[in-house]
Amino acid sequence: MSNKWHIALKLQMLLLTALLSSSSAAANVTSAQQNSVATGAKPLIVASKNFTEAVILGELMTQLLNTEGQPAVHKEGLGGTPMLWKALLAGDIDVFGDYTGTIIGETLASLHLAPGVDLAAVLAPYGVGVSKPLGFNNTYVVGMRADRAAALGIRTISDLAKHPELPLGFCSEFVDRSDGWPMLRDRYGLPQTNVVGMEHEITYRALTSGDIAATNLYSTDAEIKAYHIVGLEDDKHLFARYDAIYLYRLDALARAPHLRQALDMLAGRIDEAAMVRMNAEVKLDHVSEAKVAAKFLQSIGIKPDVFTAEGSRYQQMLTRLGVDTKRHLALVFLPLALNILVGVPLGICAARWRRLGRVLLGTVGMAQTIPSLALLVLLIPLLGVGFLPALAGLFIYGLLPIMKNTCLGLETVPKDLRESADALGLSAMARLRVLELPLASPMILAGIKITAIINVGTATIGAIIGAGGYGETILAGVRHDDTTLLLLGAVPAALLAVLIQVAFAPIERWLIPFGLRLSQGQQVRARGEALSGGKSSLHLAVQG
Amino acid sequence: MIAARGLSKSFGGKPVLAHLDLVCPTAKTTVLLGPSGCGKSTLLRLFMGLLWPDAGEIVVDGTVLTQGNVWALRRQMGYVTQDGGLFPHLTVGDNLLVAARYFGIEAAAVERIGPFFAMTKLPLELLRRFPCELSGGQRQRVSLIRALILEPSMILLDEPMGALDPMIRRELQTDLQAVFHAVNKTVVLVTHDVSEAAFLGDQIVMLNAGRLVQEGSFESLVRSPKEACVSEFLAAQRSRGWPNDRPMKGDLHEQ
Repeated sequence: MSNKWHIALKLQMLLLTALLSSSSAAANVTSAQQNSVATGAKPLIVASKNFTEAVILGELMTQLLNTEGQPAVHKEGLGGTPMLWKALLAGDIDVFGDYTGTIIGETLASLHLAPGVDLAAVLAPYGVGVSKPLGFNNTYVVGMRADRAAALGIRTISDLAKHPELPLGFCSEFVDRSDGWPMLRDRYGLPQTNVVGMEHEITYRALTSGDIAATNLYSTDAEIKAYHIVGLEDDKHLFARYDAIYLYRLDALARAPHLRQALDMLAGRIDEAAMVRMNAEVKLDHVSEAKVAAKFLQSIGIKPDVFTAEGSRYQQMLTRLGVDTKRHLALVFLPLALNILVGVPLGICAARWRRLGRVLLGTVGMAQTIPSLALLVLLIPLLGVGFLPALAGLFIYGLLPIMKNTCLGLETVPKDLRESADALGLSAMARLRVLELPLASPMILAGIKITAIINVGTATIGAIIGAGGYGETILAGVRHDDTTLLLLGAVPAALLAVLIQVAFAPIERWLIPFGLRLSQGQQVRARGEALSGGKSSLHLAVQG
Repeated sequence: MIAARGLSKSFGGKPVLAHLDLVCPTAKTTVLLGPSGCGKSTLLRLFMGLLWPDAGEIVVDGTVLTQGNVWALRRQMGYVTQDGGLFPHLTVGDNLLVAARYFGIEAAAVERIGPFFAMTKLPLELLRRFPCELSGGQRQRVSLIRALILEPSMILLDEPMGALDPMIRRELQTDLQAVFHAVNKTVVLVTHDVSEAAFLGDQIVMLNAGRLVQEGSFESLVRSPKEACVSEFLAAQRSRGWPNDRPMKGDLHEQ
């Protein structure tokens, strides 16, 4: 008995040692990576959130760095603030564009920072630096049609109080939020009573048609230019400032000496009007962020020498489709292969040992309930951004159908057949191979098919963490409000799902034993199908 | 020879067999007869080591059956279930050879197929068929051959004709009797059909409610039933409306 304990203890020690050594090996790899970066071998990673302005900021920094001789790559449209913050802390990305208000009100909300706080001092303990403001403040503004504001002599929000007859319209959320219209009304003493809530998109149209005189919008909205809107000055400084800045890893300064220079070069260079113009070019004129950024850099006297993406739109789309398809196929089938390798044996164990099975299925089922986006974000500190965490996420999602179906398939093997196998003297392994797995094969295949089809859909979400695939094109399409681009991602994804569905018919014919399909009354073609390549010894028997 | 000594088995607290002692002699056909739920199928599965007794032991040719030797001893026993237990995804030929391949005796097993098919009057072209393409009688014959092909010293059959219609059943009974005589093996057959027991059994063991009520020849059971339940069970299967002076063929055969 004590001997057994001794062995168990030894095993635990072994496991612990293995874990420790693997983690220290990982640490070695990280420092090795850092060394290679110091020698300039690895480019800086600029990232951006998933909206137009953020991508433009990312593109500006990437092109600027490359121009200054510091290799940099742009992981564009990666998702929301928490994801980029985590990726920055984990060292998976080096720089991204953000807003002071976001850091104070969202990222570090738990610290309850005052609006004018010294962010550099606050962020330094995280190993994060903050650039000087870029020059624009993307916050709530009250906007009016430029001609109407000029005619009425309204320049500030305070001026608005002198015209109680003006009808106002705000997006529904702004009307309801305590820090929205109610605060605006009270602080400025606005007398207007004709106030309506409406969809954000409709406010611009209502403003142009004259149905409303003023509305809330963001100070760098592309529409400001398109609809000739002017923002009224927030003369009582009611709205929090959302000054655009770059956040970067402090250790990146040492690795990339040009980073500081690049950050300084953009400081104070982008005002609201410039940002509105760039947003409008991307969103309304469908020019790529890269081109818009390059044009801006040229306008401030920097000639980016890296931007060469030319060729017709058709060619670009074709290239994009090719890259996406390759990546998406990898995102579907690599996790699927892993799922089969792991899920089928786990399903067998679950069917063999019921109690263990309940625990296994419960655990895997629970992982399934984590929203896919949340799961991907959770994986970032462990695996970083890009292909690997997406692979891991898809693997976790796809495990349940294969495992559960394998278990169910094995459980539905009739008891008398299992007894017959036992009575014939077949071992448990032989019984599994000869009888149970073939009989469970339709269910197992059904599970594999479900996982494959789920993967096609879930893989598109992977684009948010930079995994690529059709999702990247879909996101770009959403960002640019470009239906063609959106369909270029969505249609192939849908087709792939259909294709998998269709491709499974012959796979099922090939893998599910003919006799089983026959006994289940499935339509089977020529009987010869099953008899080709028959057992030679049987022919002997027939002849003999 | 296969024997039970002081065998008890219960399921969920409900006793199915109680202190059963029984010997099934070598090269004889022992029929376990009794109403449904009397424990006869359970006894057979205990013999096969598919179940384990709560008390008592099974002795196979002088060796006590244990978890350790069950795989070895099973090679001496062939087992045929009510619906044959053929693997639906394999052809008849593969069903016959599946265990032989596992034991590495395929060539020898192939040699035996022909004679067994002749003995059970099966056409050889059935080898390429699947179980679902066979009649019920054919399926039971194939199942019997699958057991015999491994050359066991004993054959255990659990109501092998329970699912067959009367004409086919009678035909199969005749063929089984011929096979049993030809192979000269220890046979244990479970049935609730009195005429089947009478026709096939060298020794009949009457079970009731988990108890061995009486054993002996069919004649002795008819002539001197030890308990009322024996004569009641035998009488219950005599056809109603059949003239009393004309016994059914095969019933109380050739007294």
